[in-house]
Amino acid sequence: MLVPILKQGDFLIASIQSSLTDADLLQLRDDLVEQVGRYRSRGVIVDVTVLDVMDSFAVRTLSTLAQMVTLRGAETVIVGIQPEVAFAMVQLGLTLGAVATALDLEEGLAYLRQRTKRSGRGGR
Amino acid sequence: MKPAGTELGSMEPTAGVLSELVSHLRRNRTQLREEWVRRITESRLLIAMTKEEIFAEATSVFDNYVEVLETGSVEALQAYARNLSERIIPRGVDTPEVLGIVLLLRDVLARSLFEKYQADFSLLNRVLDAYEPAANRIATTVAVGFVQERERVIRQQQEAIRELSTPVLQVRERLLILPIIGVVDSERARQLTEQLLRGVRSNRAKVVVMDITGVPSVDATVANHLVQTVEASRLLGATVIVTGLSPEIAQTLVTIGVDLTKMNTVGDLQGGIEEAERVLGYKVSSVREATVSDES
Repeated sequence: MLVPILKQGDFLIASIQSSLTDADLLQLRDDLVEQVGRYRSRGVIVDVTVLDVMDSFAVRTLSTLAQMVTLRGAETVIVGIQPEVAFAMVQLGLTLGAVATALDLEEGLAYLRQRTKRSGRGGR
Repeated sequence: MKPAGTELGSMEPTAGVLSELVSHLRRNRTQLREEWVRRITESRLLIAMTKEEIFAEATSVFDNYVEVLETGSVEALQAYARNLSERIIPRGVDTPEVLGIVLLLRDVLARSLFEKYQADFSLLNRVLDAYEPAANRIATTVAVGFVQERERVIRQQQEAIRELSTPVLQVRERLLILPIIGVVDSERARQLTEQLLRGVRSNRAKVVVMDITGVPSVDATVANHLVQTVEASRLLGATVIVTGLSPEIAQTLVTIGVDLTKMNTVGDLQGGIEEAERVLGYKVSSVREATVSDES
């Protein structure tokens, strides 16, 4: 199941539609990192609202995704983690380290807008 | 539970002895009951109840008691013990008291049996053989019924306290406060986190002020629970500010070496709300000062 990646102004939005296999996750990571360069994006949003389980592989992949995106000069924010998923993740000690998180897509966009404004890299 | 009647009834001579014993107790009902009540008063049991009440309860217990001896079925007694416990627990009757009165009744009846059969030792022996197991069963039934009822009451109260003590309140748009009062154990920490996460999502909160002024003590377990709550909220995009750490708690945490670097702490609730308002971009100023500066 391929994850659609939407370009919205300076940002890329990857909206996960169903549960993903490990291969899908790696594919998503590679696609996003590649497209950040292609579209000169300044922020990436990964919407995980539909996921009702986040295993250690998913969390690790999202962490490396965020690090890779940072190296490509953009910011990542994970949005839409469900309360039950958040609780389970914390119990398992999977806390997504330094990756930014937001309640939903709207919040994520607001966060990225603020961050990119503050970072001072000239807007278009 | 296996009814005692099957065991006792299967032994023919015992059953005969038992029925004789029951009719003896029935014949001397008034006298035995009075003796029992006298012994209860003497031992200063059930001081929370009046003499009339004790006498009324004693009559019911006595009749139930004899009935159990006769039928061997403790079901009616169990129901009665539950009912009795429900009535006397709110009045502050203790476990030793309940146990004490049942054991007293056992002794009073045993004495009366001794008295009646003292001439025939072998008959007395058989009577006691029939009486003792049944009497012990009755004592156990009443005591267990009482303790179970007490435990039920305690559980109920614990639940009520839990529900009362974890409100999630919105003080401003996108700002929640979570005052925690009382002891935090694993179960409560889980409920607390769940409630907070639900609150964060339904109020679209961005900042949460968690006030632990009312938490009497914090050890490594509680601290880890708090850290988990903070991290889970962050995954939903909310920042948590912890307030109300007393000097003692701060010292404990430093001594046991809990890693609190992930936690954003502010001295008191007021400071926490001010910090939260700053994060959210609110600026609160007194109306009077504002008018003065406008005029100048």
